[in-house]
Amino acid sequence: MQSFNLQTQDLRDLNAALQAQAEETNQTVWEVENPRGSHAVAVGLNAPIEVNVRGPVGYYCGGMNQQATVHIHDSAGPGVAENMMSGTVVVEGDASQYAGATGHGGLLVIKGNASSRCGISMKGIEIVVHGNVGHMSAFMGQKGTLVVCGDAGDALGDSLYEARLFVRGSVKSLGADCVEKEMRPEHLALLTDLLAAAKSDAKPDEFRRYGSARELYNFHPDNAY
Amino acid sequence: MSDQIQSGPPRTLPIMSNTFTPEVNAEIRRAAATGLYDMRGGGAKRKLPHFDDLLFLGASMSRYPLEGYRERCDTSVTLGTRFAKNPIELKIPITIAGMSFGALSAQAKEALGRGATLAGTSTTTGDGGMTAEERGHSDKLVYQYLPSRYGMNPDDLRKADAIEVVVGQGAKPGGGGMLLGQKISARVADMRDLPTGIDQRSACRHPDWTGPDDLEIKILELREITGWRVPIYVKVGGARPFFDTALAVKAGADVIVLDGMQGGTAATQDVFIENVGQPTLACIRQAVAALEDLGMHRKVQLVVSGGIRTGADVAKALALGADAVSIGTAAMIAIGDNDPKWEAEYQKLGSTAGAYDDWHEGQDPAGITTQDPELAARLDPVKGGRRLNNYLKVMTLEAQTLARACGKSHVLNLEPEDLCAVTMEAAAMAQIPLAGTNWWPGKPGTGY
Repeated sequence: MQSFNLQTQDLRDLNAALQAQAEETNQTVWEVENPRGSHAVAVGLNAPIEVNVRGPVGYYCGGMNQQATVHIHDSAGPGVAENMMSGTVVVEGDASQYAGATGHGGLLVIKGNASSRCGISMKGIEIVVHGNVGHMSAFMGQKGTLVVCGDAGDALGDSLYEARLFVRGSVKSLGADCVEKEMRPEHLALLTDLLAAAKSDAKPDEFRRYGSARELYNFHPDNAY
Repeated sequence: MSDQIQSGPPRTLPIMSNTFTPEVNAEIRRAAATGLYDMRGGGAKRKLPHFDDLLFLGASMSRYPLEGYRERCDTSVTLGTRFAKNPIELKIPITIAGMSFGALSAQAKEALGRGATLAGTSTTTGDGGMTAEERGHSDKLVYQYLPSRYGMNPDDLRKADAIEVVVGQGAKPGGGGMLLGQKISARVADMRDLPTGIDQRSACRHPDWTGPDDLEIKILELREITGWRVPIYVKVGGARPFFDTALAVKAGADVIVLDGMQGGTAATQDVFIENVGQPTLACIRQAVAALEDLGMHRKVQLVVSGGIRTGADVAKALALGADAVSIGTAAMIAIGDNDPKWEAEYQKLGSTAGAYDDWHEGQDPAGITTQDPELAARLDPVKGGRRLNNYLKVMTLEAQTLARACGKSHVLNLEPEDLCAVTMEAAAMAQIPLAGTNWWPGKPGTGY
């Protein structure tokens, strides 16, 4: 196991070391101590390694991740796992704004709550939030899945494209062009897999599904806001 | 109606309004019929104070000229010297601005890459990601990091020679974009992770940061992902150039790209293009003042765009304090956009060569602003690249000619003292003395 202490070692050295890992590396497990809210921790990784971050992180932890598993054993600042392509990012605590923003792939699990704009402009990422999400979550979501085991704030799925949204609790309000949709067997199967991957004990049949009404897909004067 | 054909009692002649012009009236009728605002491509078409309103003074008793064609006048420029390990070395101070694959055909992107490479300069991706064609044909490629993040991925980010964080553009500061469904081919849709044929909105602000403090952290992330190797540019529209430049420098930018309102766009509302932002001429000295205030002029490079057409425009922008310029519309014209040889087809589209700006409709006869395979095939990327290279050469020679006439051995040695203004407006905006005076409106200490 490799260990890094951000109290005494530089962020640049940490990221350079993690980014230098090849597909076949035998240094597969890394511990990061004392992140102390540092920004851009474990960003741009592209190898099947596991990085355990022992403390709270600032902005963009796990940003643009490919293949790696980044496990944050505390809370995460804004933009955790932003633009993730593949791999897994787990946040044991709460996550701030823009969690999983523009993510193209991979799995983001937030064991606590996520703040506003969770999954904004998502493009294929799978996000499971054990708690609640704030307002404007999945805004302009293009692809992928957002699963909310708690409640969702205002304007969920505003201007949504093809992202799939599942909420177990209440939805304060739906955003423009976001509607509740029928839960079909394939959606229950998808939920079953995602909840298992996220180690959630929620039951798929407790959720409701939301998606795009597709009324805003082509500009029309009556749809202008 | 002439006096000769009037009969009966004297009557007033029909008078066309200068407020309700035929163009205005036609737009009112069009809006009333459709309920849609007018979308178009390009930049501001209204008459604005511009580089034409400045003149070079040339050498005289107090200035020693250099011999044209004989004495050396360098044109090289290095961008990104502040933090990047690998700044971009350009042979000429003219770059190709960001234009997306999607807005432009793959052939057009390839032609821009080829032309820029032949000329020793850089080209830039756009909203929609990096294509293999443009990476392959562009020796130096700047990767735009835009609010939509369409096509954004770390593999392409690491292939870039520089990253340009786009905060705004001159045609629409504060506005997002719209690529209408007609241009969303299967390939474009796939690159952007959206269904084919739907209108694609590009957000007006970034999804994961707000304001300059956040931008500083975003730039840190981009540097960490790319190992601090490549320069980070920040592109702003010509809205509040003094403050935007200062804040971008504070956020850690290596290069500021400043785009005035004559700068083009693939598509947005005409009302936006013509009514938001400042003319390029009014932006440059404001940005330079911010850089000078911070002790960063020439340390953080300034690239100016928006209406650059000739070597004279290049030389004047550099004299006002820019380190380089960027061209978009002019580059498109060089490779064949709005060419009169397609006049019959422009007429069929209700336009004419030189005025065609319905780029969003994807029916460009020149094969540039389209995704229609048959139309796109009209553009030969090799020939287009040669034409762009020729044009860049001419602009560079023109800028050198003017610089030599002012006694400069490098085009970057041009300075405001080499210029005078021929209109009050240009004098005020560029802070250049009105011809025949040592004064401009707003000059400190003059009381005006």
